[in-house]
Amino acid sequence: MSKPSLPDSTLEQVAGNGLLHRRIFLTHGAALIGAGSLGLLAARPAASQEIPPWMRAPGLGMSAYGERSPFESDVTRGVAAVPGTTGTGASRTPLESLQGTITPSALHFERHHSGIPEIDPDAHRLLIHGLVERPLVFSMDALHRYPMVSRIQFIECSGNSRPNLSATPPQGSCGDIHGMVSCSEWTGVPLSILLDEAGVAPNGRWILAEGTDAAAMSRSVPMAKALDDALIALYQNGERLRPANGYPVRLFLPGYEGNISVKWLRRLKVTAEPVMTKDETSKYSDLLPSGQSLLFTFPMRVKSVITSPSTGLQLDGPGLYEISGLAWSAAGKIRAVDVSADGGQTWAEAALSEPVLPKSLTRFRMAWRRDGGPAVVISRAIDETGEVQPTRDEFLADKGAQVSYHNNAMQAWRIDADGAVTNVYI
Amino acid sequence: MPTAQSPMSISKVGLVTVAATLFATAFAQEGPNLGVTPSPELLAAWDISVAADGTGLPPGSGTAIDGASVYTRNCLACHGQEGEGLLHDRLVGGHGTIGGPAPTKTVGSYWPYATTIFDYIRRAMPYLQPQTLSDDETYALTAYLLYLNGIIDADQVMNAATLPEVEMPNLKNFVLAYPEA
Repeated sequence: MSKPSLPDSTLEQVAGNGLLHRRIFLTHGAALIGAGSLGLLAARPAASQEIPPWMRAPGLGMSAYGERSPFESDVTRGVAAVPGTTGTGASRTPLESLQGTITPSALHFERHHSGIPEIDPDAHRLLIHGLVERPLVFSMDALHRYPMVSRIQFIECSGNSRPNLSATPPQGSCGDIHGMVSCSEWTGVPLSILLDEAGVAPNGRWILAEGTDAAAMSRSVPMAKALDDALIALYQNGERLRPANGYPVRLFLPGYEGNISVKWLRRLKVTAEPVMTKDETSKYSDLLPSGQSLLFTFPMRVKSVITSPSTGLQLDGPGLYEISGLAWSAAGKIRAVDVSADGGQTWAEAALSEPVLPKSLTRFRMAWRRDGGPAVVISRAIDETGEVQPTRDEFLADKGAQVSYHNNAMQAWRIDADGAVTNVYI
Repeated sequence: MPTAQSPMSISKVGLVTVAATLFATAFAQEGPNLGVTPSPELLAAWDISVAADGTGLPPGSGTAIDGASVYTRNCLACHGQEGEGLLHDRLVGGHGTIGGPAPTKTVGSYWPYATTIFDYIRRAMPYLQPQTLSDDETYALTAYLLYLNGIIDADQVMNAATLPEVEMPNLKNFVLAYPEA
């Protein structure tokens, strides 16, 4: 396949250091990608004229449950367990190795507080009680008979991107730094239906959600959120939840900090006031420079990150590349993502891949003609409410590095002349 | 597959049709209603949460003097000799550091409610054997952590009435961010 020659007008530069107009994806995107002109190319053996071994005999048999290619076995979560445990801590999605917006269930990030329980669904029940007219217990079979809805939405741990609050930029992968965000198609029963059946008392303004893991993980959920878009989730990407994501049933609160979407859900207690559990007070509260601490900072605000190129990836020489990344916001849809290749001096609007869904991951793409000199690439997301992702300096001025949570600051990657990528603060 | 000749099958089919119609109507109006009423025993066994005002605290009591040995047996290996932290979280000290350049968050310096200590120990600690301590041991352990942090005296009895009265030093610094102003 010969490389298509494009008139210079198609490759209109729209911002400094070689960023090209997003119309390239509408007019010539497929041709360029087909020619392998965009993307990160590594040295590979040349195509052989020999008949490959996989054409000389029938291939492998079918299987009852599929596996990925063994050649992809190095695409894994980075696991960081708390010392002395195997199941407490976090594992992070390798964002730099994935495309599109759906996170494979086996690569969804994990954050557990006392391991993953092995739950027999027939022995599991969901209890709704407290300030209700009728306390109710649901078997898993019963929940499966309720009307369900499906939504493609993200979940992000509020501790995501904390490494970038350190004084010097960490040189882990994009996933090591930002991989506590994942996106799935979640299917389940709207919580509002079950609450309606239980009959919430007028003073029932909060719900304690509790898991049946060994930490009996518990968080207080505002009733308004529960009645708005909360799901009693049973399926993830078409199949029953993975154990690490709450099998057989979890709460899912779109856009809210991850740990409030309590996994292995066993109990919902309607209360007048928040319970003030350990995790919502001593852990997931936002300590400000003043010494004040904010309780119940639920929404994960507008954010984006370039996943390619990013630390650990190596670029070839000069030429056309695709800068690609993810953007998301608890406030709804992503309106636009701007990209800079000159450290934030000039910006151009990236192409957003459809579908652009509310409270979901949105894939953005920017064509870039790299001239071989050094570059610093940054993305900046704007959501449908007009909220703009802050710079790191703006975030730190507002919240300080001690805040630990909700870091949604812009990420900058420096690409050196030799094609190596490093994490930089600008 | 039922045959049309069987009277039983015919009546079954009829019932299914009627049920499906009723189900669809009920569905739209008030949902499937497949929850069952829990027994009082189940509610009592599962309702382990303790609110900030003390609602949910069980009978029983303990002091820091009682709690020292409970701590040594169950907590010391992870949290250190006197709660200074070892493999896991520091529980004691850090007073006056919140709001400074190097905040040290501990039960004493940071946690806003004493009731949360009881709630968390009861549901999740000790890490390898959660929900094995008695209520008296949990009150005693709660008292011991408050004592080590200089918040109560060694012989002060913690129970369902006294624990919610304990004022944590950092409570005044907590601000509700929800609902947004």
